[in-house]
Amino acid sequence: MGVPELQEGAVAVREEALWRVRLRLAWRGLRKGWSSFAGNRIGLVGLSIIVLYGLMALAHPILMGTVWQPSVYDPVIGYDAPVVQKVVVPDNEVTDTATQIDLFSARLQNPLLKVGDTLDVSEQPAPPSRKHLLGTDPLGRDVLSQLMYSTRAAFLLGIVAAVVTVGIATTVGSVSAFFGGIVDTLFMRFADLIILVPLIPILIVLSALIHFELIHLAIVLGVLFGFGGTAIILKSQALSVSVKPFIDAARVAGGGRMHLILRHVVPNVLPLSFLYMMFSVTDAISIEATLSFLGLLNIPMSWGIMIYFANTQGYLLSSASYWWLLWPAGLSVTLLAGSFYLVGRAMDEIINPRLRRR
Amino acid sequence: MLKYIGKRTVQSIIVFFVFLTATFFLLQAQPGDISDQFLSNPKITPEVRAQFAERLGLNGSAWDQYVRYLENFVTGNLGVSFSEYPREVWSILKERVPRTVALFVFATLLAFLMGFKSGKVLAWRRGKRGENVITVVGVFFQTVFYPWFALIMIRTFSFNLKLFPGGKFLTVEKWLEKPDTFDANAVFGRMLLTVTLLGLALAIVEIWTRRMNNRVVGRRISWGGRILFTGIVVVWWMTAWSEMLPYALDIADHLILPTITLALVGFGGTMLLTRASMLETLREDYILTARAKGLSSKSIRDRHAARNALLPVTTSLVIALAFLIGGGVITETVFSWPGMGETLFKAALTEDIPLVIGSFTFIAVLALVAHMVVDILYMYLDPRIRVGD
Repeated sequence: MGVPELQEGAVAVREEALWRVRLRLAWRGLRKGWSSFAGNRIGLVGLSIIVLYGLMALAHPILMGTVWQPSVYDPVIGYDAPVVQKVVVPDNEVTDTATQIDLFSARLQNPLLKVGDTLDVSEQPAPPSRKHLLGTDPLGRDVLSQLMYSTRAAFLLGIVAAVVTVGIATTVGSVSAFFGGIVDTLFMRFADLIILVPLIPILIVLSALIHFELIHLAIVLGVLFGFGGTAIILKSQALSVSVKPFIDAARVAGGGRMHLILRHVVPNVLPLSFLYMMFSVTDAISIEATLSFLGLLNIPMSWGIMIYFANTQGYLLSSASYWWLLWPAGLSVTLLAGSFYLVGRAMDEIINPRLRRR
Repeated sequence: MLKYIGKRTVQSIIVFFVFLTATFFLLQAQPGDISDQFLSNPKITPEVRAQFAERLGLNGSAWDQYVRYLENFVTGNLGVSFSEYPREVWSILKERVPRTVALFVFATLLAFLMGFKSGKVLAWRRGKRGENVITVVGVFFQTVFYPWFALIMIRTFSFNLKLFPGGKFLTVEKWLEKPDTFDANAVFGRMLLTVTLLGLALAIVEIWTRRMNNRVVGRRISWGGRILFTGIVVVWWMTAWSEMLPYALDIADHLILPTITLALVGFGGTMLLTRASMLETLREDYILTARAKGLSSKSIRDRHAARNALLPVTTSLVIALAFLIGGGVITETVFSWPGMGETLFKAALTEDIPLVIGSFTFIAVLALVAHMVVDILYMYLDPRIRVGD
């Protein structure tokens, strides 16, 4: 049968599988989104910091399996104290703490020592060296290894908390916007209640009395964020979607409630949900660090716990020479939380039409 | 407006009781009670422990205890603290609430003022050099790991520069020769009273002179008022309360660093939000009109744009409040400032349940009152609501 060429082409287009069309559209949207995101320098900085930390988190198990001996480099139970030879000098005449030790401190270890003798001192905390790039902590554990191990925990916590938050908030927001009435009132009053409750105090009370592990904390934070402020914001977005003509069109075409919510309301709320995911990662990371800083969480190692150790072992004010105990962990929390926030802001400028520069 | 305030109060009271109930049952659900701490002591028999539990009101079902607690709560009896045993919870709270409120109010005001002023300028200079830098600085303060930041502040300002004391409420050595006629709480109470009255007086002068038609005279009167009232306060403290003055200065010295630290952390969010809100306002037609009229750019910025940009910022203050209250708790623990946050933290660690509930509910009261104040402020600022009512 002779089929005209034009028709042939049309048939070919129609036969392209639906998922491929969708994939292509998604890809195009992604590329467009990326090109406007790439125009925002601050967002790019944030993203690169996140990628850097992500690589650190991935590298830790590999390093532990290959180069790093577990007995030395394990973030929790590893131990290593580099031995340094120091010359004993008279009291108050120490000019270089790295190579000299005063007589009084030296005699605490060996009462027979005289001025001019050498003494083997095992340093703990030890300053950065080739073996321990960021030094060791007061218990002789490698700081870089702790830092990398904690990165994984921070990502895990942040992502679980964010997914729970957004899952709950999107559902609550869409449902209460779509149904209105008593459902709406209940959820919104509940959200008000959660916003009013001071978050840190309630977590202090909870974690002092219950043994919190990382995953519990992530879920509790997700639930509190999800039913709280995020739900209100997403509900207002869902409300503005659910009065659009295409919802009516879909309803007239015979769409059920579930279909309307899942296929029409939720996809239009999702960009904003994704944005709030970023912000809840920020909050989750800093709250976890705060609670571990206070010594309330039942987790082996995290950035907050590193600072908790440095603080409780008395290295806060001792001298500036112990910078590696406080700065890497504190900066990491700040940088990672901050970069998620920056990415969120950059996305906000794309998603939120009011902030667009154009 | 009054009707709204009344409605809001009733709502807050209901929320408060829901909150109290939730807290109580949450803590009830914990296994064991204070009498279990003596389980391993052979000299304390089970009978003695039962007696002990009864005396502290720990017998009976959870519901019985709840009803008893609520009865006592309404009549103003918050129970007895376990960790500071014979002392009543209420007397501990009475001593510590003002300290938290002072820290919180000063820090909030400072954060809001700084954030608003800098956000205003930031929006005005959009696209200029340094904008990215300031945004990053704002985000840094917004997301900085707060305890670490506080520790660094202590290190820098109190250890290295020796400008302020590194924590605590007062320097004990200075208080040793204090006459017995007053104590620290009395001094602090008078300080708060002074600051409140001074603030009120200055606010009234400010509002009054703003409404005057003659701007030049108004400015002179407002400056005169500021100098006059500050002078009165200084003279009053120098003469009538002169023996308390050195001690008051000591407390004030301890208050400065925590306040600044808390305000620095709170100000980033307000700054970024003011910027966003200003950018939106600057695109309105009335800004164009003001420009076309030939008004100076400072006048457009401060009187036309900033006042309208203030509204969304005030709304966001609600979220900032939660942030500041949480931050206040951490500030108190890091700076050993003996307020509600520190009390709560210590009580939670020692499982001192009455004190936990007491301090926790009072932090909630602080949050509720602050929210209400912000809401009322919002209504006052928005002429559509203020005039229409």
